[in-house]
Amino acid sequence: MKYFIKKSCTLIITLFIVSLLAFLAFQVIPGDPTTALLGTEATAEAREALRQELGLDQPVLLRYFDWLLNFLHGDMGTSYNYRMPVADMLSDKLPITAILTLMSFAFTVVLSIPLGIWAGSTKSRALDLGVTVLDQIIMSVPQFFLGMLACYVFGNLFRLFVPGNFVSYTVSWGACLGYMVLPALAIAIPRIAMTVKMLRSSIQTQLQQDYVRTSRSRGSGRSKILRRHVLKNALIPVITFLAVSAAEIMTGSIIVEQVFTIPGISRLLLASISNRDFPVVQAIVVVVAAWIVIVNFVADLLYQLVDPRIRLR
Amino acid sequence: MKKRANVFLWAGGILSGLMLCIIILGYFWTPYDPTAMDPKAKFCAPSLNHLLGTDNFGRDIFSRVVDGAGTSFFIALCVVAIGCLAGILIGSLCGYYGGLPDLILTRVCDSITAFPAFLLALVIVTVAGPGTENIILALGILFIPSFARIVRSEFARCRELNYIKSAKLMGAGGMRIMFRHILPNTFPVLLSAVTIGFNNAVLSEASMSFLGIGIQPPYASLGSMLSDSQSFLHSAPWYALGTGGAIVLLILGFSLLSEGLQLKGQR
Repeated sequence: MKYFIKKSCTLIITLFIVSLLAFLAFQVIPGDPTTALLGTEATAEAREALRQELGLDQPVLLRYFDWLLNFLHGDMGTSYNYRMPVADMLSDKLPITAILTLMSFAFTVVLSIPLGIWAGSTKSRALDLGVTVLDQIIMSVPQFFLGMLACYVFGNLFRLFVPGNFVSYTVSWGACLGYMVLPALAIAIPRIAMTVKMLRSSIQTQLQQDYVRTSRSRGSGRSKILRRHVLKNALIPVITFLAVSAAEIMTGSIIVEQVFTIPGISRLLLASISNRDFPVVQAIVVVVAAWIVIVNFVADLLYQLVDPRIRLR
Repeated sequence: MKKRANVFLWAGGILSGLMLCIIILGYFWTPYDPTAMDPKAKFCAPSLNHLLGTDNFGRDIFSRVVDGAGTSFFIALCVVAIGCLAGILIGSLCGYYGGLPDLILTRVCDSITAFPAFLLALVIVTVAGPGTENIILALGILFIPSFARIVRSEFARCRELNYIKSAKLMGAGGMRIMFRHILPNTFPVLLSAVTIGFNNAVLSEASMSFLGIGIQPPYASLGSMLSDSQSFLHSAPWYALGTGGAIVLLILGFSLLSEGLQLKGQR
């Protein structure tokens, strides 16, 4: 419980720092947002009026606390370009990205752990080499290229789905999830290859430890040793890696959404970047960063479930 | 073990060497002008005339891939150079002297590496605007922590070793000890970090250019070409396959190399 409280405090502090950085990053921009909005022809008065409307005439720290308070109340600011609350713009796009991210994370965990255990506990030189070579090749394929290959093979050759024909979850959950299987796999497969590689070497290292021989000599079966002793130790580095993966998968889904034309936050983010629509970019960055920080927090908690020694420190 | 380690090193070395030769050759000569359009030869399938076919403007894809790979390679090289040099500087000072600055910098590096480089690069590019120099700068800065971390831990380890103590007794200055005595010992670790960093740089640049926030036209890199080819996936699949294949080969070569180097280091 003490561990939980300690980690929660760290979580809050980290979130605070991250939000401050995300806010400050957009304060040092060379261009003036009023120029972007009104054009270079605008009069000084019009600009001043807009500055006041957007609250740009206040000191930075005051604006930060204002912004943070509003953000916590669900008000993420107003888009410069669309004059719309950012929260409204994100509300129908964020769930789609979240579904895609969670789905490919689920694929990563569900597929990589059994595969890694199998590859780590099977002793065969041919298999060893095969897994390593296959891993290396898969890891070298960027997610967006994998997505394009999937589009071509399953969309154009086999005609199993129509690329771009996305059905929102508000219309039909089944069709939405069905469409997302391929993109989710495209994101997950390189991560699976990395996780398998890691888990495999982790298990192999553990299998060489003395305690394995000891419990073998006491008559425990191979699979029991693997399940009861080796896995617990071998999973520790893998949990860290999966937490990092969760962050990478989120950014991966931003890229892969473009390939499969899924209407998630990706297109909004890219359009906002090229239009210099900072409140939107800022909101998305904070949301993504919060996701990453929270995933790391969950990983920390899982850690001490697997390895109670950590709690004592 | 010995034979297998060599397989990775050799395969990676040969593949990377081959790609490097083609890229360097591409700076001086390509079969066709990568920007020359030929309206009579739109969407030609791969043939002996056009090794990877032609695109929607009748441009030779092989020449364009070589050219684009050159751009990607150049950017990755700059990124790794910035990250590596600054990382060595920060890492060596922190690792050798330690103390409060070391603690703060390590914490900062840790928190930066916890975030995907891609997301941070996105923020920097939003603030600074897209373009080749900004991509190099953004990715370069983001690659500093990972190098600094490696160098720091090596320096902190070596600091306590006997040969450094004896060098100190002989009156060698801090600078001399750091860069003459410790630094060469970090090269094996650094080398494998460089190959991994190079891969990440190629991948990050390709992702950003693919999304249209990296290299801006008229320049082309592998990522921006792959993004172009997406519209012709049905009519000219060789465009996407050729470009994507080049990215895969470029990354595969270096990842095999780093795997081989790591195996070599373990023995």
